[in-house]
Amino acid sequence: MKSLSKVKTGINGLDEITEGGLPQGRPTLICGGPGCGKTLMAIEFIVKGATLYNEPGVFMAFEEKTEELTANVTSLGFDLEKLQKNKKLRLDYVHIDRSEIEETGEYDLNGLFIRLEHAINSIGAKRVVLDTIENLFAGLTNQGILRAELRRLFQWLKDKGVTAIITGEQGEGKLTRHGLEEYVSDCVILLDHRIINQISTRRLRIIKYRGSVHGTNEYPFLIDEEGITILPVTSLKLDKDVGSQRVSTGIASLDEMFGGKGFYRGSSILVSGSAGTGKTSIAAFFANASCLRKEKCMFFAFEESPQQIIRNMRSIGLDLNQHVNKGLLEFHSFRPGLYGLEMHLANMYKLIKKFKPKAVVLDPITNFVSVGLLTEVNAMLLRLIDYLQSEEITLMLTALNSGGTDHIDENVSSLVDAWLLVRDVELNGERNRALYIMKSRGMKHSKEVREFVIGSKGVELIDVYRGPEGILIGSAREAKEKETLRIKNNGRKHSR
Amino acid sequence: MSKEEKKWELRLYVAGKTPKSITALNNLQKYCETHLKGQYKIEVIDLLLQPQLAEGDQIFAIPTLVRKVPEPIRKIIGDLSNEEKVLVGLNIRPVK
Repeated sequence: MKSLSKVKTGINGLDEITEGGLPQGRPTLICGGPGCGKTLMAIEFIVKGATLYNEPGVFMAFEEKTEELTANVTSLGFDLEKLQKNKKLRLDYVHIDRSEIEETGEYDLNGLFIRLEHAINSIGAKRVVLDTIENLFAGLTNQGILRAELRRLFQWLKDKGVTAIITGEQGEGKLTRHGLEEYVSDCVILLDHRIINQISTRRLRIIKYRGSVHGTNEYPFLIDEEGITILPVTSLKLDKDVGSQRVSTGIASLDEMFGGKGFYRGSSILVSGSAGTGKTSIAAFFANASCLRKEKCMFFAFEESPQQIIRNMRSIGLDLNQHVNKGLLEFHSFRPGLYGLEMHLANMYKLIKKFKPKAVVLDPITNFVSVGLLTEVNAMLLRLIDYLQSEEITLMLTALNSGGTDHIDENVSSLVDAWLLVRDVELNGERNRALYIMKSRGMKHSKEVREFVIGSKGVELIDVYRGPEGILIGSAREAKEKETLRIKNNGRKHSR
Repeated sequence: MSKEEKKWELRLYVAGKTPKSITALNNLQKYCETHLKGQYKIEVIDLLLQPQLAEGDQIFAIPTLVRKVPEPIRKIIGDLSNEEKVLVGLNIRPVK
């Protein structure tokens, strides 16, 4: 038994969701409301087929004139004119204007068939797009003939063995206005464009894929200067390979707390704490360590600009600029409110895929709550963590723990492998920082609270003083240490 | 302007000699002989033989009658069985 053969679309992410692409030699329906990206997806299918898989394509447009279409997709880097010249593409605009057409008596759509066949044969096309064939319904009155002819058309396409995409405008309560889905029963994809909290998100769902397994969820997708990207489909299975390789945290004394070796490669680490406790500094040292190992690092900053971070880190003796200049470190700064969570995820995913870093920093994730609900933020981070884990990329997240009710850190903590908490300790009229490891999966780690000191030379973790007086931190510890040292020295003198 | 000065250039698109095409051509010739005697020219294009011509006149249905002259271009699709509709569509004043 031969299983269903599929044709790769070449559209980022779509082939993963469909587990290989669209059904070969069969028509697929893409439906959705106005402006949801149907035409673009169809044209990308044709262009990618022509450029990546050497499958010439015919694009039959019922809506846009060929010149308009060509101009519209130029911004995406699709050069339709060149493809046409090289016989990789054929555009055919079918103009139907009700006002100049009179119908009398019996007719059929053989003219369309002949045009299509001529176009297919002239370039040896393997792919065909009909966009949007429903316009026929607007231009012609005899629905009975139309329906019969459309049925014949789809059968004809199958007989021709071309992989086809048919686009359809979404109807009320139905997938398409004129029930095209009943003709195209092999694969139906629904696109959707909705606004939630004033932020627009595009989503894609495969409604039907006969004879094939497929993802059934709604997948967000975005349209940008490279065309369509459908979000990384993270498998829900937890069966990824995990390595036991360790990477340095960038702070020697912190490495020590993790059994002297640091984090696991490909793990995710959460650093949380109240404002001004040095979360970004920890993240910067982590990034620095990665760059010193000549491993690329990508730093997503959601509160500060790259220049700000570089300047601030210089004040504690960290020169991040050298790594930026060497191309080892890449900063991306944007406000969480800029777009929806899915867009953020897609955007980060794309940047990561392009830059191929070994370490990624998100600083901080707190403000994402302003864009989506906590559960949605969790879901987004989970997908990001899953993806990075599968790519063996170490991820560090920072989060603000303001002591309020919506602790993002606690919610996220179950997703991450290690959790560092930085606390303010107010004692004896001074504020000190204390750091401890809340959890670290699968490794021996220190259970102690360490004093966390940020100075012009960098970051250091110092054992707190434990003595008969209790636990001492900050200047009290320093005083005690000096005293101890003095007593020791004195003792030495006496023994002389 | 009297209709005697007008010239009619009509093009009938067909795909092979199907009953519908033959009916359409017969109907058309009948109407023209009745109403446009001596002023018309009918060109029959078989798209099975010349498929590349379909795009130029935006043909998708068969049979399609295109009035090239006088302008503007008008199209009538179907076997032209309804004489009144055809005459209205071509903007021909019937001979009483």
